[in-house]
Amino acid sequence: MKMLEIKNLKAGVEGKEILKGIDLTINAGEVHAIMGPNGSGKSTLAQVLAGRDAFDVGEGSVTFNGQDLLELAPEVRVREGLFLAFQYPVEIPGVNTTYFLRAAVNAVREHHGEAALNAVDFLKLMRQKINLLELDESLLKRSVNEGFSGGEKKRAEILQMALLNPAMAVLDETDSGLDIDALKVVANGVNTLKRADNAQLIITHYQRLLDYIVPDFVHVLYDGRIVKSGGKELALELEEKGYDWITSGELQTA
Amino acid sequence: MVAPANNAVDRLLAALPKRGDGGARFAELGFPTTRDEDWRFTSVAPIAELEFTAATGDAAANLEASVFSEIDGPQLVFVNGHYSSELSDLDELPDGVEISNLAAAVFKPCEADDAFGALNAASFTDGARVCVAEGVCFKTPIRIYYLSTGGDGATANIRNHITLGPNSKATILESWTGADSAYFNNAITELSAGDNAHLEHVKFQNESPAAFHVAGLHATMGRDCRVAHHSIALGGRIARNNIRARLDGTGIEAMLNGLYLPHGKQLIDHHMVVDHLQPHCESHEYFNGILDDHARAVFHGRIHVHKGADKTDAKQTNKNLLLSDNATVNTKPQLEIYADDVKCTHGATIGQMNAEQIFYLRARGLDEDAAHRMIMHAFAGEIIARIGCEPAREELDRLVWDRLEDK
Repeated sequence: MKMLEIKNLKAGVEGKEILKGIDLTINAGEVHAIMGPNGSGKSTLAQVLAGRDAFDVGEGSVTFNGQDLLELAPEVRVREGLFLAFQYPVEIPGVNTTYFLRAAVNAVREHHGEAALNAVDFLKLMRQKINLLELDESLLKRSVNEGFSGGEKKRAEILQMALLNPAMAVLDETDSGLDIDALKVVANGVNTLKRADNAQLIITHYQRLLDYIVPDFVHVLYDGRIVKSGGKELALELEEKGYDWITSGELQTA
Repeated sequence: MVAPANNAVDRLLAALPKRGDGGARFAELGFPTTRDEDWRFTSVAPIAELEFTAATGDAAANLEASVFSEIDGPQLVFVNGHYSSELSDLDELPDGVEISNLAAAVFKPCEADDAFGALNAASFTDGARVCVAEGVCFKTPIRIYYLSTGGDGATANIRNHITLGPNSKATILESWTGADSAYFNNAITELSAGDNAHLEHVKFQNESPAAFHVAGLHATMGRDCRVAHHSIALGGRIARNNIRARLDGTGIEAMLNGLYLPHGKQLIDHHMVVDHLQPHCESHEYFNGILDDHARAVFHGRIHVHKGADKTDAKQTNKNLLLSDNATVNTKPQLEIYADDVKCTHGATIGQMNAEQIFYLRARGLDEDAAHRMIMHAFAGEIIARIGCEPAREELDRLVWDRLEDK
């Protein structure tokens, strides 16, 4: 079943085109990885999918579970099941993490006509999920992401993913800056959340993550376009040959 | 400029009761102008233009709908600067805790070096006296209410005297509220915390948006004492807090924590001078402001680390959130350091709602309005959360929230 269908998507910022025509289809049950060098447009794609209005979408369409995704407000996108794990999770001093997470969970629940969780029920749910990510419960009493280490921030993103239970998760460089232990925890969390009826789009700069989250498809993004797609072996080939393989132009002519 | 100001001084002194020097010092200093560095961003011309009258007591005043009413314990009430024995409740004070109105006739005010201080010294009618004896730990919050029911120009000079003996502990909650008129309160609080004393002092200033409020807090602190002053400033057309803290002992920890929420045409000004005179002291200033409409705010924080005050740890932060293009903040964090081996930081921010934070919250399912409210609440909550007295903290959190929701 088609979950996300991106057709000829073009987007940019302040008149500068960054995405120059992306085509990508993701079905339920699939894990896709997008790799690419710095500046290729990986994070722009993630932000456009999540609805960041700093980017202007030019041509193209994005269909998510049969809906025109680009017409939806950011909050409706996540309530409908498209979740973005941020490359740089934002610190919000003064907003208690537990309070924030419950507001998020209840916003999604209410959208689906489910009753809001009270504090006690929410805490139960959260305790289940927090163990999965080996997060210290004391973090939940702190302000959102404030003073969290890099690894804690990324694990907190996956905790949010676990709580919101999206149909489609976009992970924007969730592995960047993580040491190998933290990476394993994050990957384990993501793998545990995988089901036949959801899908994941993993955006990464490094092949390393794909040792732990095995993708069904790998796409290489370069200069705003997907220049090559393949199976998981493509990631290894890319690792071996380096991004020069792409930037040198060899790939396009091959 | 000089002539009308003098005229205002004469009119004011003629209207008020007098003591001490009879207002000579105030007459000499006159109302400050914006040429005075300490008043550069705050013009008191609207005060000088008032038709001054001496505020008088009001038997009809009541404490209905007052803040902190759910808290039990002693309460002192002043109506228009006059003590109200009917509304006050000072039963069952333990040994070592004295709470009363200031024995006005006996009290000798400390010398003032500024105009409003001099005016207060010459004309104060009454105020609170709190005295906690050495070694006494008084856990019940002491509430002090200042109600203003006078009309335009009704002027009250209020003098408070708070003394904590060595090793004592107390919590004081102040509330300033009033009728919707252009009254003028000019208050001075002399605060002395002895060695190893612990004090939490909460000032909730919710005067009428038409009123004028000038208040000085002059604090001297002994060694190892812990003093936290929280200024929650909502009211006043012009509200000015002059906070002077002298850390004259080693091992002191002083916190000045403030939140101001001016809207309409309000101006709220916090003017602080913290003197570090001895080594190993900490002082932290945290001030957040949320401004709407044509409101203005001023933050002036000067930390003066004197020679010999080594190992000082002083921190100053002032953050401002502007909800309107027409709101203005003047912020002036300052450090003057004459000691060695100190840790001093200061910083100020002025900004609109942070777009990245809003997007992050929306990407987690909150709608735009809810995201805005959450950020705003957080901004205020950061300050409120530092209030230790739980029932006061919870109530102020609600009140601040209601105030922000009104916008």
